[in-house]
Amino acid sequence: MLDRKNNRLLIVLSILTLVIGGCYILYQLNFDILFYQLPSRLNRVVTMIIVGTAIAISTVIFQTITRNRILTPSIMGLDSVYLFIQTVIVFIGGAQSILLMNDFVNYIASMLILVLFTVLVFRYLFKFTGSHVFLLLLIGIILGTFFSSLSSFMQMLINPDDFLILQSSMFASFNAINESLIWITGGVVLLMLVIVLKDFHSLDVIALGRDHAVNLGVNYDRKISQLLLIIAVLVSVATALVGPIMFLGLLVVNLAHEMFRTFKHRYLLIGSTLIAVITLLLGQMLTQYVFKQAVEISVIINLAGGIYFIILMLKESRR
Amino acid sequence: MIDLKGISKIYGQKKVVNDVSVSIAKGKVTSFIGPNGAGKSTLLSMVTRLLDQDSGDVLLEGENILQSPSDKLAKKIAILKQSNNLDLKITVRELISFGRFPYTKGRLNDKDHEIINEAIRYMELEDFEDRYIDELSGGQRQRVYIAMTIAQDTEYIFLDEPLNNLDMKHSVQIMQILRRLVRERNKTIIIVIHDINFASCYSDNIVAMKDGEVVISGKKDDVIQKQILEDIYEMDINIECIYGQQICVYFDEHKDASVDDFIEDQVHLRV
Ligand SMILES: Nc1ncnc2c1ncn2[C@@H]1O[C@H](COP(=O)(O)OP(=O)(O)OP(=O)(O)O)[C@@H](O)[C@H]1O
Ligand SMILES: [Mg+2]
Repeated sequence: MLDRKNNRLLIVLSILTLVIGGCYILYQLNFDILFYQLPSRLNRVVTMIIVGTAIAISTVIFQTITRNRILTPSIMGLDSVYLFIQTVIVFIGGAQSILLMNDFVNYIASMLILVLFTVLVFRYLFKFTGSHVFLLLLIGIILGTFFSSLSSFMQMLINPDDFLILQSSMFASFNAINESLIWITGGVVLLMLVIVLKDFHSLDVIALGRDHAVNLGVNYDRKISQLLLIIAVLVSVATALVGPIMFLGLLVVNLAHEMFRTFKHRYLLIGSTLIAVITLLLGQMLTQYVFKQAVEISVIINLAGGIYFIILMLKESRR
Repeated sequence: MIDLKGISKIYGQKKVVNDVSVSIAKGKVTSFIGPNGAGKSTLLSMVTRLLDQDSGDVLLEGENILQSPSDKLAKKIAILKQSNNLDLKITVRELISFGRFPYTKGRLNDKDHEIINEAIRYMELEDFEDRYIDELSGGQRQRVYIAMTIAQDTEYIFLDEPLNNLDMKHSVQIMQILRRLVRERNKTIIIVIHDINFASCYSDNIVAMKDGEVVISGKKDDVIQKQILEDIYEMDINIECIYGQQICVYFDEHKDASVDDFIEDQVHLRV
């Protein structure tokens, strides 16, 4: 009964994604520069699908493991680490540094450091906090603040020209993404997606908590390590590709929970992915056509997501 | 048959379970009794691999449970913990269906649905099966968890205080269902229970614990003894035989004016 309603919802969301995606690709298409415009738009859409999928899937799994609806890997300090990496590169090598200028090198370096950081933090955190949400939140805030402060300190020391160039990497952007990086990221995300979907039923069991999961025969500790690694990879490649969009995951996964009102990961995973892609498409259209590139897409999404985050916190504290 | 060999658990400096060795007979109801904090739940968690012991072994039919794969064990032993709270949008039927996960990994067939329906019937949950569990009363929710454990259909069933939140009628019903599972399907049932009279009336064997140690373990009539129970609970307990059952009547004989006056008044009024 509920499943049928949710299936219908998935179909509606899919159609919506297709329609909005189609609109984005076709809107004001100029036939004189078709061969330039079309591939560039297609690239953006593909990037949005990849990033939306990575962020949505990783956030759903992260929230299932930690059994909370407020935290996401990005909020746990990952975004600040990304900014820190970029700042350090400019601080040491200047804005002409090959690490910053060469997309490919920057991508690989950022991704590796992010994966490493995330895995270390997760390992350590879950051992000592037993995934108590508020302790996690606290540590996330501390880590985030720590790396942000370090970054701001360094940013004050670098010369203003370099800072301008650095500033562009502080906001996520879907413009002018290196095509081969799109394919690499797409491949990685697809691989992770296959691994997750192959065993999505065990996510349903993990949502019941450790005791129930062990009782029902899930090899809990191993499964959690595997999932945390997948989360680390997904968030890292997405962030390394386009930059930080802190509140995207939080926004779309909570919207998915509200819409589907179920614990079933079949719906949560697919639903939040579709919502993420729709959100990114709408955000991109707003940036391009309403704000004429004056406002970054991440600013729009973080504004919406940030407000939603505050509402969630208020709701949570009232319970 | 489950053998516990020298099981201990230490939290900080405190040995909350101290070198416990007992055997749990197959095809019987075994009750664990003892005061709050005696270590019953901790012991049960270790026996069912939810918690790692600091020393000792648990042998399930001669095999160390930590050596068996977790998914195989899930078809052999099921455990319901003392308190369960889920902050999930999940319906009664969906939660009970999880009992079948060890067999189906999420894909239910007709036989699974039959078993789930039977568990729902046993626990009288037909009227609620499509409700979200956070819309149920405490006792109704407890019955859902028990149904889920029964749907797991394992040879060994561990229930930590299954009568939590239940009214008299449902308490009796559940104890009768447990007896029926033992009689008709040769299940082995291990429960932690505080109501000493339920333990006395419905179990075959009783293990009494205090301060992390097993005080006595044996046939129920060997354990339901005035002296033994008084030592364990540090209060006065009288045992009467009613309808062939050993029934404990317990009230504190220490004088306390405010309470005793009240009780005496009641007695006078009735006479
Ligand atoms: N995670 C823990 N950390 C520290 N101490 C603990 C922990 N869990 C239990 N204890 C302590 O171990 C002792 C035994 O606890 P346990 O839950 O096994 O008691 P119990 O016999 O089940 O009691 P009850 O009848 O109240 O359920 C208690 O003193 C408790 O405070
Ligand atoms: Mg207990």
